[in-house]
Amino acid sequence: MGYAATIDATRHVFPDLRTLLARASPLRSGDQLAGLAAGTAVERMAARLALADVPLRTFLAEPLIPYETDEITRLIVDAHDASAFSVVASLTVGEFREWLLDDTTDTATLAALAPGLTPEMVAAVSKLMRHQDLIDVARKCRVITHFRNTLGLPGRLAVRLQPNHPTDDPKGIAASLLDGLLYGCGDAVIGVNPAGDSVAAIVDLLQRLDDVRQRFDIPTQTCVLTHVTTTLRAIEQGAPVDLVFQSIAGTEAANRAFGIDLAVLHEAHAAALSLGRGTLGQNVMYFETGQGSALSAQAHHGVDQQTCEARAYAVARHFQPLLANTVVGFIGPEYLFDGKQIIRAGLEDHFCGKLLGVPLGCDICYTNHAEADQDDMDTLLTLLGTAGVTFIMGVPGADDVMLNYQSTSFHDALYLRDLLNLRPAPEFEAWLERFGITATGGRLLGLPPPALAAALKDLTGETP
Amino acid sequence: MNRPLRPDPWIALRRLTPARIALGRAGHSLPTGEVLRFGIAHAQARDAVHAPLDVEALERALAPLGLPVLTVTSAAPDRPTYLMRPDLGRRLDEASVDRLDNTHPAPYDLLVVVGDGLSSLAVARHAAPLLARFQETRSPGWRLGPLVIATQCRVALGDEIGERLGSPMVAVLIGERPGLSSPDSLGIYLTRHPRVGRVDAERNCLSNIRPGGLSYPEAARRLAWLCDAATRLDATGVRLKDDSPSLDLLPPPPADPVD
Repeated sequence: MGYAATIDATRHVFPDLRTLLARASPLRSGDQLAGLAAGTAVERMAARLALADVPLRTFLAEPLIPYETDEITRLIVDAHDASAFSVVASLTVGEFREWLLDDTTDTATLAALAPGLTPEMVAAVSKLMRHQDLIDVARKCRVITHFRNTLGLPGRLAVRLQPNHPTDDPKGIAASLLDGLLYGCGDAVIGVNPAGDSVAAIVDLLQRLDDVRQRFDIPTQTCVLTHVTTTLRAIEQGAPVDLVFQSIAGTEAANRAFGIDLAVLHEAHAAALSLGRGTLGQNVMYFETGQGSALSAQAHHGVDQQTCEARAYAVARHFQPLLANTVVGFIGPEYLFDGKQIIRAGLEDHFCGKLLGVPLGCDICYTNHAEADQDDMDTLLTLLGTAGVTFIMGVPGADDVMLNYQSTSFHDALYLRDLLNLRPAPEFEAWLERFGITATGGRLLGLPPPALAAALKDLTGETP
Repeated sequence: MNRPLRPDPWIALRRLTPARIALGRAGHSLPTGEVLRFGIAHAQARDAVHAPLDVEALERALAPLGLPVLTVTSAAPDRPTYLMRPDLGRRLDEASVDRLDNTHPAPYDLLVVVGDGLSSLAVARHAAPLLARFQETRSPGWRLGPLVIATQCRVALGDEIGERLGSPMVAVLIGERPGLSSPDSLGIYLTRHPRVGRVDAERNCLSNIRPGGLSYPEAARRLAWLCDAATRLDATGVRLKDDSPSLDLLPPPPADPVD
């Protein structure tokens, strides 16, 4: 079935739904690289015109990637909740946008709707939305998760403490970790991207992170962000695994390029649950995503990169993760060319994830070969803060010395929390006060409390 | 500018990591000195991405190795195209195809391609000294093919170069995506039986080669080890790693390889 719209007496025809979505997508380099982007600005608007009139039901009837050949499509179709969908079943994409923005569509309504939405529906409506729409609707969504603390509450902003080191040196990791704690960061997770991937080294790192958490009785969770199969082996060896990490994508073939499928994710999910380590809840998965990963693996099936990304959130949602974040600017300029494209993508991803019921955070970031800088990151940081982003990254000085990219810093988190009156996760906030890192009200005391001073002395041999 | 408003008392931690810790605060933000230091590092990394490789200087630096040198160019005609079209950076331009198809080297074991990648600085600084160490370290009797210098080069360009020169194995030395603290990191990607269409899972990688990272002697030693192991196994990639527990010491390929 084809789609068409006429602008100034020129009729623009789109042969199928995925072509229509791709042509309607805001301009980005990855879709140009894939040959999917609209050829002209007017063609893009014609696609949006046609898309606005597409009934939401069409996305159930016309899968973008065949059910028979893609297990993510099967997951999306089989898990669809028709009764939750019934509220919006009669709407077109254009009407759905207005319904989302309506004053009477509140947090509870959106939470009830989430299981009735497919990634393709939310991707479609996002293509008709401006930044302010994406922020306004995402702000109404609430996704609350638990492990050793509570994430996603209104008025809260969590931070992943990311104390990476180029050679996984334990003292180097500990130094960044303490620095982050002293800046009030670490409530989302204390998560290290390891430089090596041997099981023995991963187990050692997991043990060290857990030792720090236990020594200071921090109400948070730790994670070593290695491949799911490595984490499974670490669990077999008795390592203290709080969260299972994995990068995921929105097509079966792209996931295969990551060396995973749904079966191995199920296996890892069950293994982490069996450890029973969460004290407040059992959201045990941590996923990362990013626009362009499917195309990068030549596994996009002619689907635009923003829609592929939304499909990854269907994978995430299935495993009730504690955290999911889009590593938005990491992939490079061939997929998101500049600050403008990165900012738009970050807001789209956050909107789509939240609307689908995923606890979305954002690694607000860029690489040095992209046309972006700290000003762009400040812009996206501030916008996502207003949109109610669940968590951001805390990287010392915004410079990740292991992964070679720039993210957000502990200072950025302080800025955002202060600017928008956002507080850490409640259990972590209480710990910061009890431990003597912050005064009541969240102000940093700026002096290491006695217990941390002892840890600092252990590391450096000096009394701070 | 060296006295932040609120210095952090745990500044002694800084010697434990190259990470930017204990930076101090001006309100919630960074002291001015830190903002400027960060800006300089970003400027250096940006310049590293866009600086063209000085091919003649590299040829001079490589001359002591005593190997014939060929120069080729990918199908990406300039830097902006290179950055936006990774597919073009993986294929040779027509003139380079002709040049290689008219080259008939004597039999050899390993072809070395030196490519600019995302940091010509890395290649200019580290390719020659690293290869000099490799010449001393590699197994006796090992024969190197002609050295190929490639511009606007992605990792997979080595597949086409290797295929056209009939190589049993290719090592691509390439500038990695520059980090703020390491604008000159060199990577090596080793591929057995290179041909167009090889995928990343069929390569082995050494990363972060620079004096502050993986040293020349250590990188040369690991490359020699990998070459021997790949020859014995007649394969590179995931299988080689799985079969070689000692290789667990190797860092994984970077999350975003330059191909």
